[in-house]
Amino acid sequence: MKKDIILAGVGGQGILSIAAIIGYAAVENGLNLKQAEVHGMSQRGGDVQSHLRISDREIYSDLIPQGGADLIISVEPMEALRYMPYLSQNGWFITNTTPFVNIPNYPDTEKLMNEVNSIPNHVAINADQIAKDMGANRSMNMVMLGAASVFLDIPYKKLEDGIKFVFGRKGDEVVKANLKAMKAGKDFAEENKA
Amino acid sequence: MKKLMLLGDEAIAQGALDAGLSGAYGYPGTPSTEIVEYVQRNREAIERNVHLTWSANEKTAMEEALGMSYAGKRVIVTMKHVGLNVAADPYMNSALTGANGGVIVAVADDPSMHSSQNEQDSRYYAKFALMPALEPSNQQEAYEMPFLAYEISEKYHLPVMMRLTTRLAHSRAGIKRRKVLKENELHKPENPNQFMLLPAFARKKYKHLLSIQEDLIRESENSPFNKYIDGEDKSLGIIACGLGFNYLMENFEAGKCPYPILKIGQYPLPRKQIEKIMSECENILVVEEGMPLAEEMLNGFLGNTKIKGRLDGTIPRDGELNPQIVRKALNLPELPSQAIPDIVAGRPPALCVGCPHIDTYKALNEALKPYGKGHVFSDIGCYTLGFLPPYKAIDTCVDMGASVSMAVGAADAGLFPAVAAIGDSTFGHSGMTPLLDAVLSKSNIVVIIMDNDITAMTGMQDSQVTGRIEDICTGVGVEKEHIRVINPLSRHHEENVKIIEEELNYNGVSVIIPRRPCIHVYAKRKRKN
Repeated sequence: MKKDIILAGVGGQGILSIAAIIGYAAVENGLNLKQAEVHGMSQRGGDVQSHLRISDREIYSDLIPQGGADLIISVEPMEALRYMPYLSQNGWFITNTTPFVNIPNYPDTEKLMNEVNSIPNHVAINADQIAKDMGANRSMNMVMLGAASVFLDIPYKKLEDGIKFVFGRKGDEVVKANLKAMKAGKDFAEENKA
Repeated sequence: MKKLMLLGDEAIAQGALDAGLSGAYGYPGTPSTEIVEYVQRNREAIERNVHLTWSANEKTAMEEALGMSYAGKRVIVTMKHVGLNVAADPYMNSALTGANGGVIVAVADDPSMHSSQNEQDSRYYAKFALMPALEPSNQQEAYEMPFLAYEISEKYHLPVMMRLTTRLAHSRAGIKRRKVLKENELHKPENPNQFMLLPAFARKKYKHLLSIQEDLIRESENSPFNKYIDGEDKSLGIIACGLGFNYLMENFEAGKCPYPILKIGQYPLPRKQIEKIMSECENILVVEEGMPLAEEMLNGFLGNTKIKGRLDGTIPRDGELNPQIVRKALNLPELPSQAIPDIVAGRPPALCVGCPHIDTYKALNEALKPYGKGHVFSDIGCYTLGFLPPYKAIDTCVDMGASVSMAVGAADAGLFPAVAAIGDSTFGHSGMTPLLDAVLSKSNIVVIIMDNDITAMTGMQDSQVTGRIEDICTGVGVEKEHIRVINPLSRHHEENVKIIEEELNYNGVSVIIPRRPCIHVYAKRKRKN
C-alpha cells in the first residue's frame, strides 16, 4: 500500500491540520509516514504545500517525485493546479472551489474552473459553502478531508479518531462540528466522483 | 514503545534531551527554530530544568553554550546557516578551547533559499574549524546522532556540528526512542588552561587539533552513519551525503540500487571507504545537498573526469536536490508528468491584512516623498516584505542589524535622509551596537524600530527587547526628545507622517518606535480574553 499526497493551500488555511489527522490515522493503522511541511516566509499569505507520504514499506524521500502523487488535496482551486506536475497519471485531484484572492492578478474564476473540470479524475467541492451551511465556518478543511477520505484506503473510523485526537483539547463542540464537516465532504465525494 | 511523530528539528531536540542535555541555546531562524521550541514545550525538559530560553543572538548563544560546557554539562546551540556567521568568532575558537561537557552546534541550512539570503553550506564551516560533523538523512538518524555527537565531543574534548537542511528539518516521521541518559554532574575542566586562548596556549591547542584529525577520520570510517552498500554494477559508484541518499533510493524500486553506494552521515570524510569506491568503480556520482564539498575534495584542483556531480553540470550547481534531479543524474527516464497550467499565477508571501508594518510603511513613504527613492535601509524579518508592491518602502536587506549600520555609513557619505527600518527582535539581535556607533559619530539618521511585540517571521517567539526598547536607546545615548513612539494605525496616519518628518529634519540620531502587536498576537490575545 502506498499513498503519496500533495496538500496545497495558502498560508493560514489549515492544511497542516488535514495532514496531522491523516498522519495520525495512518500511523494508528500501522503504516509508515513522512510529511514535509513549509515553515517560514511562505506562511505569510504565500503558497504552501505539504508532501504527505504513507506506505507499508520504507519511505526514502521526504519529497514526492513529480508525476508520483496519488492525490492532490487542495483547499484552494488555483493552488491545486500549481501542483499538477506532481499528479500521477491515475491520480485524483480534489479541490475546494472557493478562491482565496490576495493577489492583484488572480485569474478569472470561470477559466480557472474550466481548467479544473478538464482534469479527468477530479472532485470539485465548495467546501467553504458546505461548512458555512452547517454553521461551522472554520471546518472547511475538514470538509476537504472528508472528500479525500474516499480515496485514502484508510478506515474512516481511524480518521474520526484522528479528529478526536487533534481537536480533543478544544472541546466536544469543536470535535462534533469537525466530524460532521468531514462526513459532509465524504458524502459529497461519493456522489460526485467525476 | 510507541513511535513519536517528529520533525527533523524536533528529533534532534528529543535525541539531545535523551542523551543528557542540560541546556539549549539559540536564536530563532528558519529552518532551525523548532529545535529550541521543542525543548521549550517538552514536559520532561521543563521538569529537569533544562535551560531553554532564547538568546539575544547566535553569538551570545554559542558563548553561553561554551560556558555550560565549561561547567561540565551537555549542551546544544542551534541556529540557521547564516546565524553561524554571527556566531563564527566563538564557533571557530571553540575548536581550540574544545569542550568539557559535550557540545552540539546544530546548524540548519536552507538550500534554494526558501527563507534565507544565501544558501551557504555549513559543512564548510566544520571543515574550516577542523571539527567533526554529523549529517542525518532521516528523522531516526537525527534522533540517534546526538548520542554519538556527545560521545565524540567528550572523548576528543571538541564541539561537534550537526548539520541538517530544510527538507529534513521540516519533515515529520516516526521516531523510536532510546534509553534516556542522565545529565552530567557539574564539573570544571580538569585542565585549568583548557579555555584560555592566550597566543602561547592557542598555538599548542591548534597543534593538538591538527594532531587529532587522523583520529577523527578513523571515527568516521568506523561510524554507523557512514555505510558502504555494495552493488554489482561497478560502472558507477555513488557517494550520497545526507538527504542525497533518500533521493537516490527513491529512484529504485524497493531501494534496490545496482551500483555501490557510499552513504555519508559523518565527517571528515571516511578515507578508507572513499578509496574503496574510487578504486572499484569506473565513474563516481557525488550527490550532496548543498554545495559540492565532497566533490571538490575528490576532484582536487586539477579535476578528475570520472567524478560527476554539481561541478560538471550532472547536477545543477545551485539549489536543493529532489528526486527528479537525482533521477536525471542517474540517466533514468523521466516519469510522465504535466506542466503547471498557464492560468496559475504566482502567489508570493505578503504582509498580512491588518499588519502594523503596512501602516508604518504608508506613513514613511509619504514622509519621504520629497526625497525620492533609495533612502531606506532595512533588515531581516516580516517587514522585509515591504520591498514588494504596493509598498515599495525599503531598499536593502543584507543581514541582521545591517539596516542601522548601513544607514550610518550612507549618512557618513552624505546621503540625506538615511533611514533604518528594523524590527524589535532584530534590533535586540544586532541593532543596538550600530546604534551606539551612530550616537558616537553623531550620524544624521532616523532609526525606525517596528515593535510588534514578537519575533513574527519565524513563528511567534518572544522578543528579547519587549518593554525595554526606549531604555536601551536612552542607555546607548539617544536623546530622550528624539525617541518617539507612534501607533501605526490608519487613523493616526497624518500625525505619524508629521512625527517622521520632524525627525527627518533633526540633524542627529532619532529613533521612532511604531508600536502595535503583530496581528496574529493581537488575535490570539483577543481569543484568550
